[in-house]
Amino acid sequence: MAQPTYSQVDRDILGAMEAPGWRYYTVFLVNLLVLGWGIFAWRYTIERGLGVWGLTHPVMWAMDITNFVFWVGIAHSGTLISAILYLFRVRWRASIYRTAEAVTVFALFTAGLFPIIHLGRPWFFYWLLPYPQVGGLWINFRSPLVWDVFAVMTYMIISVLFFFTGLVPDVAVARNRTSGWRHRLYAFLAQGWQGTDRQWRHYKAAYLFLAALATPLVISVHSVVSWDFAQSIVPGWHSTIFAPYFVAGAIHSGLAMVITLLIPLRRIFRLDAYVTQAHLENLAKLIILTGLIVGYAYVVESYIAWYSNNVPEWQRFLYQVTGEYAVPFWIMILFNSLVPLLFFVKRIRTSTPWLFGIAILINIGMWCERFVIIVTGLAHEYDPYSWGLFIPTWVDISITVGSFAWFFFWFLLFAKFLPVVSIVEVKEEMPPPMRAGKVEA
Amino acid sequence: MAQLPLGLVGSFRHLDSLLEAIERLRQAGHQHLRTLSPVPHHAIDEALAKPPSPVRVFTLIGCILGAITGLALTVGASLHYPLITGGKPIVSIPPFLIIVFELTILFGGLLTLAGMLLHARLPRVHILPAYDPRFSEDRFGLWVRCEAKDFDAVGELLRRAGAEEVRPAGE
Repeated sequence: MAQPTYSQVDRDILGAMEAPGWRYYTVFLVNLLVLGWGIFAWRYTIERGLGVWGLTHPVMWAMDITNFVFWVGIAHSGTLISAILYLFRVRWRASIYRTAEAVTVFALFTAGLFPIIHLGRPWFFYWLLPYPQVGGLWINFRSPLVWDVFAVMTYMIISVLFFFTGLVPDVAVARNRTSGWRHRLYAFLAQGWQGTDRQWRHYKAAYLFLAALATPLVISVHSVVSWDFAQSIVPGWHSTIFAPYFVAGAIHSGLAMVITLLIPLRRIFRLDAYVTQAHLENLAKLIILTGLIVGYAYVVESYIAWYSNNVPEWQRFLYQVTGEYAVPFWIMILFNSLVPLLFFVKRIRTSTPWLFGIAILINIGMWCERFVIIVTGLAHEYDPYSWGLFIPTWVDISITVGSFAWFFFWFLLFAKFLPVVSIVEVKEEMPPPMRAGKVEA
Repeated sequence: MAQLPLGLVGSFRHLDSLLEAIERLRQAGHQHLRTLSPVPHHAIDEALAKPPSPVRVFTLIGCILGAITGLALTVGASLHYPLITGGKPIVSIPPFLIIVFELTILFGGLLTLAGMLLHARLPRVHILPAYDPRFSEDRFGLWVRCEAKDFDAVGELLRRAGAEEVRPAGE
């Protein structure tokens, strides 16, 4: 393929932001209906109380905490691609990082809702924050749930900041090429960007430091989320491998989600020249890595359950593989650690239908993993007298489905209103225009 | 009306022409240069010989402030409402370090942004007269501060380096 020129890049990428066709509106409308249904289910929960969910003693955390962990996990690959690969100077990240980062931001919007949805009185969510009040009562900083508030909020703020900082030079291009309200929107987002040497110098420095700050942050966030479980004494939760296990799983699920979204995106917006098969193949290779780590964690977890000779731990393991929740357990083993191994075959990881199919299976598998960890852990604690069974109700399922609609709501808006591929970074990866006959200095 | 600084802006199609123009202008004694480019390039920074961005100092200060805030918040709040939970000390440093860590990152990130906005003079309501939309697309701009009497000489220099277009523009 001939190397596109700078203005060709502008045209191609901004071309995706032209007025959407009926297909877009149809998808958007259907998505909005699903979202409305989810909101109705939440409203119903607030009106009737958490009793309308399938929660039953001792399973007082179930689908919504599953969704929380799942969506925080989805967020992780975006930061991996945008920040960690940036620090490692991985060149192929340039044209996919914007989408990955959008996934991060919107997944966090979704994840952040779940702890609030799970509160019996969600309007008091600000009690989670440390603020001086009349009673002199402060939050308990020794509680993992409070660590979670700090970790997820910091992650959300830093991701949004990183996302919009990265957008500034790109929306400046969009600003120059649009008129009307779109022009005003982009002019606002560009904040008067002109690309002077002074702006670039400080911008690049700030971007580098934001990437450097986001890198340890992303590792910490899912570690902290895992400690919500590991700090307790529930069999199957109380484990030191939880932090790396969760982080690897998070990146695993996030990469699958990025592939799931990139494949239709590049097709619909005709961005094949920028988001190439090689990008998807590289993501698939990363999935092999995370899949192997996740598979290793499954093996170690089972092995330790047996080797520890701890009765509740072992019976919980047996329950997990043969009990009421054995189906999601085996889905998790199959879809997360075995199916991704197919990516070792080059023909499979370079075939779009296979990639798409496997990515969706991993998404399902990872959701099941979160469910299995949370629900089987609680359903089968120490005392057989207090074992219980969680069966989701229509409200649980509606809120879960609604959360996907909420995520796609933001993603659909993003895909149409912001450059889905970073214009500046794509240009940076191209050789700069030089006078004829001269190679780059 | 106050006398605005005057200048000329040249538009270049090629990066090496721009670099050549910067070099010649600097040799001719013009130090008030400003480039406008669609992409950052280390060669431009080298040609202009600007010091490294001080944004990193902001990051460092933010991180230190964040760590202190995290420690003060957790220790202070725990001492202010001393409630023993799980038989653990009121001031339990290991769990507090998690809050310290998160706030280090948070404050570091926020101050990095503040440092960038401050130094890059953003947000900016007035676009520089030297700016041209093409400088965000595929042209490199070079603005030189010079007096009206030097316009001919500087314009000639810019053109000889390869500028396609030269026009006067204030700051």
